[in-house]
Amino acid sequence: MTEVFDRIRDEIAKNDVLLFMKGTPVFPQCGFSAATVECLSELGVKFASVNILVDPEIRQGIKEFSQWPTIPQLYVKGEFIGGCDIVREMFETGELEQMFKDKGVTLAKAA
Amino acid sequence: MPMAADDIIALIKQGIPDAQVEMQDMAGDGDHWAATVVSPAFAGKTKIQQHQMVYGALGGRMGGVLHALKLTTMAQKP
Repeated sequence: MTEVFDRIRDEIAKNDVLLFMKGTPVFPQCGFSAATVECLSELGVKFASVNILVDPEIRQGIKEFSQWPTIPQLYVKGEFIGGCDIVREMFETGELEQMFKDKGVTLAKAA
Repeated sequence: MPMAADDIIALIKQGIPDAQVEMQDMAGDGDHWAATVVSPAFAGKTKIQQHQMVYGALGGRMGGVLHALKLTTMAQKP
């Protein structure tokens, strides 16, 4: 399991905003993943993603790594932010946008 | 085999005894649930910790037999 944890750490370190999801941003394969992508896109956040459906090792590993049983999972600058419900709630209250600003992530929000 | 609302509520209350739990069947298929959990035990905890407490109460079923549970947690009703 340590090997997959290293891979996960590496991905998180390489990408300021990283979403572990089912499918891809263009073709999400689960409603919860799709909803999370929508929140990020709405704010104009550039993010990288890992499709856990094509990587069974990461699919299992990420749940143990985060102590979080479900996908999607959002990481920003190395910090686990939450899953779909938390991201959506933060999006609705404006906390998500604020968090990105606080962490110095560029938002290309359409005016 | 999907989980019944009463079973989900019972598990959450077992793990978080003072919790008030409201369930909503999101898709009408008895398999996609939304739960609102209110408990003073959440006070002072982050959302991640609050949700982890609920997942803990569900004892590993989340992501397994229970694949869709939209969670809303709060320390007290607004």
